[in-house]
Formats: sequence, C-alpha cells, structure tokens
Amino acid sequence: MSETARPGSARNPWLSWAAWRGLFRDRPIIPLVGLLGLLVVVIELVRPGMIGPEWAGVILRAAVILAILAGCQTLTMLTGGIDLSVGAVASMSGFVVATLATGPGTPAGIAVALAVAALAGLLSGIGVGVFRVHPLIMTLGMSLVVLGFANVWQLQMVQTGTGVPDLFRWLGSGLSLGIVPNSLLVFVPLAVLILVALRRTGYGRLLYAIGDNPVAARLSGARGWQVLVALYVISALLAAVAGFLLAGLTNIAAVTLADSYVLPSVAAAVIGGTSIMGGRGGFGGTIVGALILTVLSSLLSALGFPEAVRQILFGSIIVAVAAAYTRITSES
Amino acid sequence: MSAMTDSAAARGRSADALASWARRNSWTLGLLGFLAALLTFTKIVQPSYGMPGIQGLAISVLPLALATVAQAIVVISGGIDLSIGSIMALTSVIAASLMEGQSEEFGFAVIIGVLLLGLAFGAVNGILVVLTRVPDIVVTLAMSFVWAGCALLVLKTPGGDSVDWLRQLILGSLFVDFIPKAAVVLVVIVGIIWIPLRRSRLGLSIYSIGSNRLAAFRSGVAVGRTRIAAYVFMGLFAALGGLSLTASTGIGTPVPGPYTLMSVAAVVLGGVSLAGGRGGVFGPMVGVVILQLIRTDMTFLNFDPNLAVVAQGIILIGVVMVGSLVQLRRTHA
Repeated sequence: MSETARPGSARNPWLSWAAWRGLFRDRPIIPLVGLLGLLVVVIELVRPGMIGPEWAGVILRAAVILAILAGCQTLTMLTGGIDLSVGAVASMSGFVVATLATGPGTPAGIAVALAVAALAGLLSGIGVGVFRVHPLIMTLGMSLVVLGFANVWQLQMVQTGTGVPDLFRWLGSGLSLGIVPNSLLVFVPLAVLILVALRRTGYGRLLYAIGDNPVAARLSGARGWQVLVALYVISALLAAVAGFLLAGLTNIAAVTLADSYVLPSVAAAVIGGTSIMGGRGGFGGTIVGALILTVLSSLLSALGFPEAVRQILFGSIIVAVAAAYTRITSES
Repeated sequence: MSAMTDSAAARGRSADALASWARRNSWTLGLLGFLAALLTFTKIVQPSYGMPGIQGLAISVLPLALATVAQAIVVISGGIDLSIGSIMALTSVIAASLMEGQSEEFGFAVIIGVLLLGLAFGAVNGILVVLTRVPDIVVTLAMSFVWAGCALLVLKTPGGDSVDWLRQLILGSLFVDFIPKAAVVLVVIVGIIWIPLRRSRLGLSIYSIGSNRLAAFRSGVAVGRTRIAAYVFMGLFAALGGLSLTASTGIGTPVPGPYTLMSVAAVVLGGVSLAGGRGGVFGPMVGVVILQLIRTDMTFLNFDPNLAVVAQGIILIGVVMVGSLVQLRRTHA
C-alpha cells in the first residue's frame, strides 16, 4: 500500500531515493558489499598490483579472526548485551594451549582451554541471565578475572616454556594450494552453523525475541536466563577458537594477544548492521563488516600513513559508516 | 505548649529529613563505611601504614577519580563514554609538550587552554552522538581511536614536562599531615564544578533525560542540547584527569591508560545506574579509593599482584550483583 502511495517510486523505481532506501533497509548487506568493493578499488588505484591472491590471503586470515570475535558480539548484541571478555578469553585459550602443547600434548591443551573458556562463559551467563548484572560490567569483570588467572598461570609456566603447536600454525597462517587460507576450514563451518542457527532454529529466534522485547519474550514462555547462559558459553567458546587461530597466525602466545581485537570486533558487528540495542542484525553483515575493517586498515597502511593518522582515520570512518547506516535504515 | 510541639515537630521533621537523606545516600554511606573498615584493616595488616601511604593513595587515585566523575556525569544522563582514557592521554600530552621549557606563568595559560580543549573534545563527542543518532557506545568507541591517534600525533613517545607548581599542587599535604593535597584538589575541583551543576536547571535536566528521556522531552527539556552538555562536562573532567596525569608523572604519555573501563567499573560500584538518572559523583569517588586501597592491601598481604586483578574483577561483579539483587527485591516488594 505504501509503495503505491509514493509518487516517485511509481514513476521510476530505479531513480527514487525511497526505493533505494527501502532496498538497503531490507537488505543491508548490499551497501556494505558495495563499500567493500569500493575500498578494494581504492587500494588498486593507490597501489596498483597490490591486489592479488597473496593480498587476499593476508586479508582473509586476519578477517576470519575478527569475524569470529565479531560473531560473539553479534550474538550477544542481538539480546541487547555485549561481550567485552572475548579478548581475554581468546588470549587465554591460545596461551593455555601453547603452554600445554609441549607437555600433555595439543589435544589435551585444547580441551583444557575450551573447558576454561566455557566456565568463564558460564559464569558470565549466570551473572547476566540470573543475577541481571549489566552485560558490559559482567563481561568486563570476567575479563579481569580471566586475565588475572592467565597471568598467574604464566608465572607458573615460566620454566616449561611455551610453543604454539604446529596444528595452530598450520590452521592460522597456512595456505592450501598456495592461495586458500587454512583458517577457512574452521571458519566456513562455524559461519554456516551460526547463520543457520540464527535463521532457522528456535534458539536463534529466541535471541532475537529476547533482544527485541524481553518482557514479551518472557510472557510467551521463553526462559530468558537459560537462553542467556547458553549464549555466553557459546560466545566464550567462539572466542577460544578465535584465540587458537590468532596464536597460529602470529605464532605468539601471550596473555594480552587478542586485547586489541575487542573494540574492532564491536565495531565490525555495528558496521555489519547489528543493533547494539538488540533484536536486529545478523552474522552475514558482521562478516562483511569484519572484511571492511580489515581491508580498511590494509588501505590505511598501503597509503603509508603513520600509526597516528591511521587510528584517526579508522575511528572517523567507523563513525561515518555507522552514521550513514543509521540514516539509511532508520524507520522514519 | 505550642512552641514545644513546634520544636518537637521540627525535630521530627529534621530527623525525617536526615533519615530520608540517609536513605537516598545509603549506597554512598555504605561505601564510606566499607572504606573505613578497609582503612582499619590496612592499618592492622601493615602497622606502619600512615601518612605517606595515604598521600600516595590520594595521588594515585586522582586521575582515575577525575575520569570516574567524567564518566558518572555521562552515565547519569543515560549515556556512556568509552573515549575518556584517550581524551585524558591527549590532554595530558598536549599539556606536557606545551609546558616543556616554559615559565611557571605560561603553565597557567596552558592549563586554561587544555581545559578549553577538553570542553571542545567533549562537545565533539556529544554533537556526534546527538547528530548521527548512532548509539553513544559506538560513537565514543570509534572516537577513542581518533583521540588516541591525535595524542600520538602530538607526542610519539612519552615526553614533555610539567611546570613545577602543577607538580607541587598535588604533592605532599596541606596544613596537617593527614590531609593530602591531592585529595583537597580533588574535592575542591569536584565541589566547585559538580555541586553548582547539580543544583542548576541544567543538572536537573541531565538527571531527567537519564531517568526518562521521553518524559523529559515532553516536559520541555531540550534533550539533544542537554546530552551534549553532559558530554561537555565529561570532556572538562577528562581534561582535568589528563592534567593530573601530567602533574603526577611529570610527563605526558600518548598511550591511553586503563582509565576508560575502570571508570565504568567505579561508576557502577559507586551506585550510579548504567540505565541513567540515578546516583551522584561522590559514591563513585569513594568507589575509586576502595578499588585502589584493595590493591594496596593485597600488596601488603603478599598476594600475587595478578590475583589483585582477579580480586578487582570479582569485587566489581559481586558489588553489581548485590546491587541488582537489592533492586530486584525492591521492585518485587
């Protein structure tokens, strides 16, 4: 009804601003992919010949880690939360495996790391879901707890020494057939799982429902606290996987390795169209958001700017994209 | 007879007023009690803990306390600012690089200039939040990169200098041993800015938009302008925090400290609701002192300093958990 009511769209749908806006609002991923393409074109113009299989490999390996961590933010933001503990959990997981790899072996290390991550997630989930602690505070406090224990563990492990296991190095920085990053082996199944879970399963719908209107969700019989506890466990496990890949990519085991990814992961989810207020968004946009941020920082370093200018441009562009996005997709 | 009942009624009224004041400030009073207990405990575990310890505590608390006041004002208005640490780093390096090799009088001009810059930085944050309609957490997160980048532009490595009187301003004690100058500076700064603000029309508006934005709008509060004003005051206090960093270290460091997230933690610990509209700035300031003193105590008790970080996280979560349980029971009752 409203479509025919607009005079502009009736005459020529391709030239009407409202039609474009409607398209962008329904399919927010389209302008994002356009922006990504634009950035790639700019890089090609600025540094001809830089774009190639090798460059794509570098971008993908970095973007995959950011996308997984941004996935944690996407899932928690759908319920109106946020997970600031992903950095500490990811660093801790990579570090724990690196310390256990030489002694008890890599599989045992992975099991321990995942168990510890799940425990941290469980505690965060109980705090947020049962005790109604604000997610920002709960996960911030949890990141302090995890970081502190990781540091204690580090002091215990000074003698044994650390080494990132070969498996992680293969996964995080290896390439198959010379061009395909091995980390996609981990990422593609994970991404498909998250996308399908959000779209097609009852659990995914519950996340949207709780974020959109918690009272309505409760009155319709959703047990909010169970959903939230499970959610924060999932988020912590995802962060642990990202930590494995990051340790492999950088070949470093450190308890603060992933800290610098926390804020970009929130930014990637926001640029990807997930509302920080909850109830709106998805993982598809987040993946594109992570790619945009990675390509953007590649562009900024290709331009040869000093670190300071890069940070300033990075922040300004995030504000600009988020502002444009809000303007396009706002209801009024 | 009537005079007697009058005075009795007046006494009753004043007792009522006192009781309601205590009820309204119960969280802050509880924190103060906890702080007193903690100080006693410190004195027991470390009998030599005395005036130098308290002075050191006051100096080390000052930057975080100012950051926390900055955060509290924004949170009361229903927002949040994740760029406070970066603004502090930026103002600190600007002050340190301008003061290098300058006269004492010039330092005064620098401070005025830096405070004005702080107001401007806060205004930029606020205007972006209001105009773009992007959630404040996202805008200020992105701006934290911008301000930190600007700080790196000003100074690549830690450096600069502080004029002597600024350093002396927070060093040592005033009149008697047990009043550290840093604490006096903090109380004076907060007193002359916050108390008039809170009693003003603007202060009431800041509380009202944090409490219920729609109701505030319908009552004629200029919501956008008030939000910007809250960020402007945030910028002012962040700049004061940056100056206190320069004063206490004597240099400027272009890398933001842990102040942003710690300020969020201290604000919540101090009884300010993250939903906005509740609390003040004195509770958070007491919260900052408690957080710092717990660290000191754990050093005295020979705890692993890493466990002190764990303790901070657990205290933060625990306090908020207790607070929300109290609130839940209140709403159910």
